[in-house]
Amino acid sequence: MKSIRAPLLLRRQGAASALQHALRRQSHPTSILTASSTRQLRRSSSLSQRLDAKHVMFPGAVKSEFSSTMRFEHPSTYPALPTYRVVDQHGVVVDQSFTPDLSDEEVIKLYRDMLTISIMDVIMFDAQRQGRLSFYMVSAGEEAVSVGTASALAKEDVVFCQYREQGVFQQRGFTLAEFMNQLFANHKDYGKGRNMPVHYGSKQLNIHTISSPLATQLPQAAGAAYALKIQRMQDPSIPPRVVAAYFGEGAASEGDFHAALNIAATRSCPVIFICRNNGYAISTPTLEQYRGDGIASRGLGYGIDTIRVDGNDFWAVREVTKKARDLALQDGGKPVLIEAMTYRVSHHSTSDDSFAYRARVEVEDWKRRDNPIARLRKWMEAKGIWDENKEKEARESIRRDVLKAFAEAEREKKPPLRAMFEDVYEELTPDLKKQMGELKIPNMSNNDRVVIAVLIVLSITVILAVVGIKYVRQVARSRITARQVDHGEANEAGESENHGQAQAQAQA
Amino acid sequence: MKRSTVVIRPSARALSRQASSQSFLLARSSALTSRQRRLYSTHPPNARLNLPIDYATTPLLAHTSQAALSNPELPASVRNGTTKRMNLFQAINDALSTALAEDESVLIFGEDVAFGGVFRCTTKLAETYGGDRVFNTPLTEQGIMGFAIGAAAEGMRPVAEIQFADYVFPAFDQLVNEAAKFRYRDGAGGRSAGGLTVRMPCGGVGHGALYHSQSPEALFTHIPGLKVIIPRGPVQAKGLLLAAIRSNDPCVVMEPKILYRAAVEQVPTTAYELPLGKAEILKEGKDVTVVSYGQPLYKCMAALKAAEQDFGVSVELIDLRTIYPWDKETVFNSVRKTGRCVVVHEAMVNAGVGAEVAAAIQEDPETFVRLEAPVARIAGWSIPTPLVFEQFNLPDVTSKCYLTLGLADVYADGMPRDIRRHQKGDEFLRDLSMNSGILKQSMLHSSRRGVDWLMGIVLDDIILSVFLV
Ligand SMILES: Cc1ncc(C[n+]2csc(CCOP(=O)(O)OP(=O)(O)O)c2C)c(N)n1
Ligand SMILES: [Mg+2]
Repeated sequence: MKSIRAPLLLRRQGAASALQHALRRQSHPTSILTASSTRQLRRSSSLSQRLDAKHVMFPGAVKSEFSSTMRFEHPSTYPALPTYRVVDQHGVVVDQSFTPDLSDEEVIKLYRDMLTISIMDVIMFDAQRQGRLSFYMVSAGEEAVSVGTASALAKEDVVFCQYREQGVFQQRGFTLAEFMNQLFANHKDYGKGRNMPVHYGSKQLNIHTISSPLATQLPQAAGAAYALKIQRMQDPSIPPRVVAAYFGEGAASEGDFHAALNIAATRSCPVIFICRNNGYAISTPTLEQYRGDGIASRGLGYGIDTIRVDGNDFWAVREVTKKARDLALQDGGKPVLIEAMTYRVSHHSTSDDSFAYRARVEVEDWKRRDNPIARLRKWMEAKGIWDENKEKEARESIRRDVLKAFAEAEREKKPPLRAMFEDVYEELTPDLKKQMGELKIPNMSNNDRVVIAVLIVLSITVILAVVGIKYVRQVARSRITARQVDHGEANEAGESENHGQAQAQAQA
Repeated sequence: MKRSTVVIRPSARALSRQASSQSFLLARSSALTSRQRRLYSTHPPNARLNLPIDYATTPLLAHTSQAALSNPELPASVRNGTTKRMNLFQAINDALSTALAEDESVLIFGEDVAFGGVFRCTTKLAETYGGDRVFNTPLTEQGIMGFAIGAAAEGMRPVAEIQFADYVFPAFDQLVNEAAKFRYRDGAGGRSAGGLTVRMPCGGVGHGALYHSQSPEALFTHIPGLKVIIPRGPVQAKGLLLAAIRSNDPCVVMEPKILYRAAVEQVPTTAYELPLGKAEILKEGKDVTVVSYGQPLYKCMAALKAAEQDFGVSVELIDLRTIYPWDKETVFNSVRKTGRCVVVHEAMVNAGVGAEVAAAIQEDPETFVRLEAPVARIAGWSIPTPLVFEQFNLPDVTSKCYLTLGLADVYADGMPRDIRRHQKGDEFLRDLSMNSGILKQSMLHSSRRGVDWLMGIVLDDIILSVFLV
């Protein structure tokens, strides 16, 4: 990890190129260079302004040309960052360089993923309305962002979600049963019934459990990405991995978002920040959320490779993420920001009625004119791999599967009460044990339970045996006494007979 | 001229005007004074309590190798080893270096840690272990904490530094909502932020004012899922910090920054852990239990020494060490024995650790029935820390504790006697009322000089606590 090469290099090339070298380090942070980063940066900060230089040489800005025109910059004087698109609203390919990299079956699988979450959403939203679960959030209109991006990640990549990314879970293999177990908070829920519905998580699929506080997952994603990077440096047999972190444009106003981008950039973390810009944060439209050129422009400010993409275009989202993953792994790792433009077709959640703050017609227009599922379907139909029949069949079978998983999960038992005290610490503290006692939860492990069950069975057996033996003995004894009595009576009778006879004889 | 027995330092001028029949302590006090005067110019002559703490002689630090190695909590292999003289920041540096060397998943980062940190705790670590494992972060406490949690969740053991405890609040959300709840939220997945350790310097040094003096431990003790640890010196710091780093629960380690250079002791050179969640009885006693942690322990020690001598009481001193989840067992057992308890901390009295300890004692039926006096709290005022008044804000542990302890023997057989009839009680009440006057006077024209001169007394409160216990 350590090397004397870099400092030597600095000495030879002189101060100016040392500075550039130090700067290039940001985009070229191999392990060799980062080890000596402290020395390099110290060197760069001690640079002074050269006489008659055309560029600024202050440590904080190094490529800025001196200008004799006073002009305040405003984002509106620059064109907005473009939005990348592969397939238009009619399902027609507009990027001529595009060739699909998936087999027909693979595309159909991903299409079915989008269909599945949209059908599940409708069913679960209604189920909440019927009072069968406490809460739900749909991702209608945003299916391509989650399924499309997820499809370009590797299984080993680590994912942090916000809450409207059921498509990521579905694409990575979260089963309908797993969705339902979480939603119904039954004993099979990995979260042990502790989290509100839609706070899914899967250790197996490398997706961290969803957390309600907005944007907290973003600096965590940077740290997780740094962990992956260090682990691979320490053990090169580990495959290169990235972290993908999802968030809404509303969450991007949180300090954690800015902290995350900045720290990911300075530590060169292989992380892809994926923003779903769906126009709303609950009721707040983007106009009241931020100014400037969307979330993407923030990425540039932090020195991060950034792209804006049509979030309703499955293919564009997938292509962009594929490329982002490559970039994130280049030069030893670096962050990438994707801003996916989309529209939140449904209410924020089951607790929200969005027609209180937006016109019905606005939503209807979006639904009609642009829907990610419809767009991919048009593309597939044009290609001849999908048709009305297949659509009908798919929808019916998905619906059946969802309802089956629903019914099964709803029937399952709730988690045991002791789960409320577990996992606060690695081990139960004396305090928690005492509080469990106060709640009358037997402070007992499964092993203890088995032992106690065995003891109970044994003691019942012993009691039965004792009672049985007593009974048998009693029966036996009563038989014996009965026989003795019979015998005795007979004797007595005989005796008395004899006696009688004797008496009779005597009387006679 | 004769002087009173109880010389609370700032009352010296008042006392000089006062004749008293008691003089048996005078010789000792002036001896101490002449020695201390050189160390601390603001410290008035003739004072006996509230002397500057002499860290070179305090029994709370191991001044000899033998003393350090006789610690029964250390494993035999460590006790057979060697020691090295270290101050607190060096011991922390030693623990961090040990952790980096023994486990390659340990990372150390924060603001300015690469060059050694503003308190020198990370000196030479970047050079030795490489800039990939020991590095600077941008200035973002929430970013540092989130980054650390993410790294921990992916199997690393990050030790994040927050430059001052006063600046942990932007990271509060990450600590409270994320680090503390990560394992609970993940459930059967078993993922956690347990590898995380957060270090932060805390506490007053005398000139830190509002934003370089705070001790926000109570805020973290309210959060199940976190462990809150405050070491009292180098030996403790090394063992507790190593235990925290190796622990699979997120740990908040708060380091009393006044001790970084002041507290020096012989520290075992090999790696060792000291137990988390376990208090330590620093001195056994029969009549009163004093529960504290961190820097005030030194003041408690001074107070109880004086009180034991003057009042003939026997005081038990307990260092909580882990402030949450704290060792109720040790505290309860002690209070069941002594029947009296004083909780001492530097942070504000309101909703502080003292409140928790006092309530828990009174809630425990077996301990409650043994109580002979209400549990007393000696802690900071419920205000921010004001610069020129800082010495009035740091709880006057020594004199308050002294007085409180002195009153322990006013209660014979659990029955409060008339304090006034108690000779010593009478004396210090007289002193106190006198001092109150001076305090008020000096507060009126609170020149810097007057304030300095009066350092360390908070008299109205002392009178109150005298009557309380
Ligand atoms: C820190 C925090 N503040 C407020 C909330 C309440 N809240 C939940 S979702 C939400 C809106 C988020 O909008 P956005 O990030 O755009 O995501 P979207 O819902 O549009 O997918 C708000 C304010 C929260 N969960 N966390
Ligand atoms: Mg939004």
